[in-house]
Amino acid sequence: MKNWPLWEVFIRSKNGLEHRHCGSLHAADAQMALQNARDVYTRRMEGVSIWVVPSSQITASNPELNGETFEPAMDKAYRHPTFYELPDELKHM
Amino acid sequence: MSEKELKSLEDLFQARIDRDEKIEPKEWMPEKYRQTHIRQISQHAHSEIVGMLPEANWITRAPSLRRKVALLAKIQDEGGHGLYLYSAAETLGISREEMYEQLHSGKAKYSSIFNYPAVTWADMGAVGWLVDGAAIMNQVALMGTSYGPYARAMVRICKEESFHQRQGYEILLTLCNGTPEQKAMAQDALNRWWWPSLMMFGPKDAESPNTEQSVKWKLKRKTNDELRQQFVDQTVPQANILGLTIPDPNLKWNEERKHYDFGDLDWNEFWQVVKGHGPCNKQRLEARKSAWEKGAWVRDAAVAYAEKQEDRELKKAI
Repeated sequence: MKNWPLWEVFIRSKNGLEHRHCGSLHAADAQMALQNARDVYTRRMEGVSIWVVPSSQITASNPELNGETFEPAMDKAYRHPTFYELPDELKHM
Repeated sequence: MSEKELKSLEDLFQARIDRDEKIEPKEWMPEKYRQTHIRQISQHAHSEIVGMLPEANWITRAPSLRRKVALLAKIQDEGGHGLYLYSAAETLGISREEMYEQLHSGKAKYSSIFNYPAVTWADMGAVGWLVDGAAIMNQVALMGTSYGPYARAMVRICKEESFHQRQGYEILLTLCNGTPEQKAMAQDALNRWWWPSLMMFGPKDAESPNTEQSVKWKLKRKTNDELRQQFVDQTVPQANILGLTIPDPNLKWNEERKHYDFGDLDWNEFWQVVKGHGPCNKQRLEARKSAWEKGAWVRDAAVAYAEKQEDRELKKAI
């Protein structure tokens, strides 16, 4: 007997907001994954749109490489507005 | 990895937890942390799934449509809660099948409370009020636990569970305002569920060897005895509103402690039920296994159908 594959579930809680990951579930195919996601994750009107993605299709960054992956952004203060020194009389910029 | 390197990794890991950082799947974690979490989260999941069984018995016997839809919704929530928790445990590298296997073989435990029978309709009230009440108390404390997927499952579960407790209390309230027979039925349910509910918080702190480690990992935010006391303090006034008597002659308010004193639990009974000798252990496990085995053809058929559809799509593409 084959086991049902794992799916990741993403839900848009209302229009105007992005889909957010909310959990995972097992289902034989995409259609069933959608139906199960509706029953498991939207029993109280938590969503207006559902995406399901086979978990095996997700490529994730390696947390052990977080240093080299994310640190390059840390020493670039010039990417933030507060880096620039402007006179106080300048309003709304 | 040398022992020294491992020790320093473990110290860094603990420091992250102490800073209230969350641990996420795939990050380095001590093997014992992983194993303890797999055990606790899967047992929690099993409890949700087995917890559906005592209530399922009452769906067709619910006294009104209102009660029936509420009970159905509660049981469906419990199925959902089991699924949130199984998927949280799966992020630690155990498969769903392994967890089912552990449940069905008796290797994994589930909450002992579900090994008690639900013999009258008032039990549906007592279960919601006391059993869900005790579970919520435990789960609220766990919302701040260190493992991200477990903490997120707890937040979701707590949000959904307050209706469970309220619907249970409402059932008892209705019975208590009914005929003398109905009120007696409510009292009888409280008499039977009170002590097992207090046992849900686990052995006394002094006899709970894992408490210290679990507190360090925030897998326990409060000790068993602290939660049990909190439960008693919260529940006694609720029983008073119902006009029911808690079956404990030693229960009384302690002005000095600002807590209720209460009698000692029957720990012999506690360990008997944990070891599998409760009134319904066998029946629950049989029901669960039978549902799994009898559903095998449905799961197989779903896979066969999915494969056929995929095959068709492929042929169309050619």
